[in-house]
Amino acid sequence: MELPIYLDNNATTPLDPRVLEAMLPYFTNKFGNAASRNHAFGWVAEEGVDYAREQVAKLIGCTEKEIIFTSGATEADNLGIKGVYEMYADKGNHIITATTEHKAILDTCKHLEKQGARVTYLKVKEDGLIDLAELEAAMTPETILVTIMYGNNEIGVIQPIKEISAIAHKHGALFMTDATQAVGKIPVDVNADGIDLMAFSAHKMYGPKGVGALYVRRKNPRVKVTSQIDGGGHERGMRSGTLNVPGIVGLGKACELCRLEMDEEAKRLSALRDKLEAALTTMEESYVNGNTEHRLPHVANISFKYVEGEGLMMAMKDLAVSSGSACTSASLEPSYVLKSLGLSDDLAHSSIRFGLGRFTTEEEVDYAIENTKKAVNHLRDLSPLWEMFKEGIDLSKIEWAEH
Amino acid sequence: MAYSEKVMEHYTNPRNVGTLNKDSKSVGTGLVGAPECGDVMRLQIEVDDNNVITDAKFKTFGCGSAIASSSLATEWLKGKTIDEALTIDNMDIVEELALPPVKIHCSVLAEDAIKSAINDYRVKNGLEAFELAKSHH
Repeated sequence: MELPIYLDNNATTPLDPRVLEAMLPYFTNKFGNAASRNHAFGWVAEEGVDYAREQVAKLIGCTEKEIIFTSGATEADNLGIKGVYEMYADKGNHIITATTEHKAILDTCKHLEKQGARVTYLKVKEDGLIDLAELEAAMTPETILVTIMYGNNEIGVIQPIKEISAIAHKHGALFMTDATQAVGKIPVDVNADGIDLMAFSAHKMYGPKGVGALYVRRKNPRVKVTSQIDGGGHERGMRSGTLNVPGIVGLGKACELCRLEMDEEAKRLSALRDKLEAALTTMEESYVNGNTEHRLPHVANISFKYVEGEGLMMAMKDLAVSSGSACTSASLEPSYVLKSLGLSDDLAHSSIRFGLGRFTTEEEVDYAIENTKKAVNHLRDLSPLWEMFKEGIDLSKIEWAEH
Repeated sequence: MAYSEKVMEHYTNPRNVGTLNKDSKSVGTGLVGAPECGDVMRLQIEVDDNNVITDAKFKTFGCGSAIASSSLATEWLKGKTIDEALTIDNMDIVEELALPPVKIHCSVLAEDAIKSAINDYRVKNGLEAFELAKSHH
């Protein structure tokens, strides 16, 4: 076992060697521009792109023509939201999303608010799921788009996508989902789920960074988005720019592997995750954040009360994890996702996210359990709050000097 | 963001972790910060009849820089008189630990903890509290 151990697979995943192998020829002898229609170099590149498009489509149950390749999920989110907002301006200007979305969604919505959009940010319940009744109540005749993420990047909760899309459609709105954390990890079928637009990315499923896709429905209804990058009319005019052929081939291969291996892999990962979680929550005052029933198989987000996340990660120096603590971000604000669950700031500061992946072994999980326990105990020995808690002092009754 | 070697060293081998009897007249306790803000420091000093700090202990809830700042503070306090202790400035801590700008608040908290512990000692012994001139927050 090599140290440090990578348990931050929600941030990014390592490239699967099989994906790299598929990509390599497209950097060298198959270097052609997929848009070159008049010679073999172009045809070979186009063939690679076509096969990749087919693999992506198969994974999510759509047709090849419904896939728009982008530079990643952030661009796909931007294209989906801004593209729908501009294309459907005649119908209305109202967008509904949720407070726990990724910044690629939230900041895009904020951008549109400045241009006249009205955006509703649904709150989530304590378990991280949105309230369907609140969604229903927020729908108006001007609502053109509901965009709710599939699986959350920090806590892993899976939203009730079918129910959400049904509500959106009942009121004549389109339904989009940022499925960056879900595609390739759990079965996602755009038809069964009623999805009209969907953003996702290769580097969260063992593909390369810098490539992703937007699914845009072509039938029932035919969805259109205005392009956000203009130029040579690539991707049926919705996203110009020479195709990133090696990247797209990598995304295709990553999708193919996920489709073939998902069932077993999801079982293996959830067993490992449950083992990790069960062992760590035997510690006093440790709590799992988010719904544990509707959840991605590879994520555990745990708060260890009375220790601070960044300090804790320093003690877990052989583990690469992430924290909702303020100190890990430049903003000094703890995670807005955890705060949206109603977690108090101190619990948000005390959270650690474990993201397991394809290359995580049981041996590594066992090591992580011991390493984490030791670190939590060490930090609690240093913590005045832990001492007070042990003495039975009610911390909420203390007048803290806010700063 | 990588930590400086000195922060790592204090973090890995924190000096003077522990608790003094807060009810003793010779002990001053400073408790600063707030759990909501992600850092709380408790710093305690024991002072002899000559106004010399003979012992110092801390416990800190916070990031590595906060732990290192308070560990360093206890190290500096031991053997100093109260008056000397009052001259410790947060920027001394910043310099010694090579804290980046985003971690300066950790050093400020440590300075506050020192002053607050001294005041607690003074008030306990019938002296007036020093006015804490600096307000950093």
